[in-house]
Amino acid sequence: MRIFWTLLKREVSSAFLTPMAWILLFFLLLLTGFNFYAGVTGLNHGPTEVTVVESFFNTVFFWFSFLLLFPLLTMRLFSEEYRTGTIELLMTAPVRDSQIVLAKFCGALVLYAALWMPTSLYFLIFWWQTHLQAAGAMGAYFGAYGLVFLMGMFYLSLGCLCSSLTRHQLSAAVMTFCLVALFFFTGLLSFLSGQVGTFMKGLTITFSPIDQMTQFSRGLYDTRAVVWYLLMTALCLFLTLQSLQGRRWRG
Amino acid sequence: MITVQGLTKSYGPAPAIRDLSFSVDPGEIVGFLGPNGAGKSTTMKILSGYLPADSGEVRIAGFDIFSESLKARSRVGYLPENVPLYPEMRVGEYLGYRASLKGVRSRRVREKVEDAVQLCGLSQVQRQLVGTLSKGYRQRVGLADALVNEPDILILDEPTIGLDPNQIREVRTLIKGLAARHTILLSSHILSEVEATCSRILIINKGSIVATGTPDELRQRASVSLAGVVRLEVLTQAPSILLEELKALSSVSKATLLVESKGWATFELIPDGGDPRAEIFEESVRRGWKLRELSAREMSLEEIFTSYVPSSRDQSIRENVPAGNQPRMQP
Repeated sequence: MRIFWTLLKREVSSAFLTPMAWILLFFLLLLTGFNFYAGVTGLNHGPTEVTVVESFFNTVFFWFSFLLLFPLLTMRLFSEEYRTGTIELLMTAPVRDSQIVLAKFCGALVLYAALWMPTSLYFLIFWWQTHLQAAGAMGAYFGAYGLVFLMGMFYLSLGCLCSSLTRHQLSAAVMTFCLVALFFFTGLLSFLSGQVGTFMKGLTITFSPIDQMTQFSRGLYDTRAVVWYLLMTALCLFLTLQSLQGRRWRG
Repeated sequence: MITVQGLTKSYGPAPAIRDLSFSVDPGEIVGFLGPNGAGKSTTMKILSGYLPADSGEVRIAGFDIFSESLKARSRVGYLPENVPLYPEMRVGEYLGYRASLKGVRSRRVREKVEDAVQLCGLSQVQRQLVGTLSKGYRQRVGLADALVNEPDILILDEPTIGLDPNQIREVRTLIKGLAARHTILLSSHILSEVEATCSRILIINKGSIVATGTPDELRQRASVSLAGVVRLEVLTQAPSILLEELKALSSVSKATLLVESKGWATFELIPDGGDPRAEIFEESVRRGWKLRELSAREMSLEEIFTSYVPSSRDQSIRENVPAGNQPRMQP
């Protein structure tokens, strides 16, 4: 356990010692800040059916910055170590391969959570300025941020897997982006398919992040989504471990 | 300390090492010598627990490197070729991270790091970013990393590659000093390197061990006699005739004309058994040869090495000897 903490500490601190974390933080806050501004401005035009939280978490700006985060957060995780050869030091230290995978994943998750944390200030500012709740209830905040966290787990683990497959950061980033987009946009198939089967439609809606967010940001938690993301995360991390161990055999 | 039995590893269809067996006793400094691509790094990667072997057994301090990998790995300090390091960390911070990764207890980390820093002469750069260090300092950080948890065994892959002659001397002294506390296996493709540091040498070529022994033993066992090579410089008009006469001497097994300039011809003679100098002297008195040089020297390890490793390789060996080492090789 102590070794896991040592690894995790290095992962997180190395992210903040390089400019990457700060650049991501800056642009994420810029985009979401604009998103928040646009959302609040929209409310001035008359009565709407959505709350500030609902509108914040379901716009093009939000999803765009959300999707772009994953390749950037995960591409260097393994690829960088393969390229510089530090993986050899890591894998010859008395450390389990599973500890390495978990530490890298958790490191990325901590960083990811740290990036989203400041966005909660928007709602505090909103409350401080207007003395109104940005959402209908506290559950909506937890739902929205919880879903961001859950989806983050899955997509970050996908990124871990891609990064463990190649020594080229860019290849890892492209692979991650394509896979994340693939899972993200399966949900949009429901718009395309129109009147296909109701079963397919139901399936795509269940697994569509946009539809899930509509639910969660109202405080309606869907356990199917929770289970889906947790299972997929576990699967991806398992595959990452296999890929890392396979690398030993290939030399 | 290290026992290797029948180790085999191939990358795809190409075998990197074939049926390798050797052992290293506690307190030894063993040099692993071979041309580039002989399988040195592959062997070291297997010993350090990075690569699994195709077949064969490796025991590190009694633990199997494959089935008891964590125990075996915690007893090895490994310096990979080219010394990979995290450039964004500071030297002290990096060593602390490595120490606790290797299981050093938190309250002893600072003390162990301090020891390693002192030993490797890193106190000046302790606060510096690893990425800004010179090659020599990087090498020392790598060494400090390898020994920070005081492992029984150090496996050093080409520890002096890419260093300038002064740095090479420093690292050699450092490694020799470590022998008191650690068993060391180091690899090199430079002969003077292993000759200067190691108590025993394993010569590896094309994945197999071709010779093993102390530097002196290797000299003795080499195909040529102990006396080594005799050099002779004579004033002569007809060097080719003289060459034939030299070859006819009973104590000379082989003679070659090295250079000829301004009437002076230089020959190199491989003795047949004993020391041929007395006979050459008598012969030159009898025939009135004018001598400018008559000397014998021990065979350098390099010559011994090329006698073990076929000639297609020896060119690359010679080329790879850094300029700073040349004088050592030709006394």
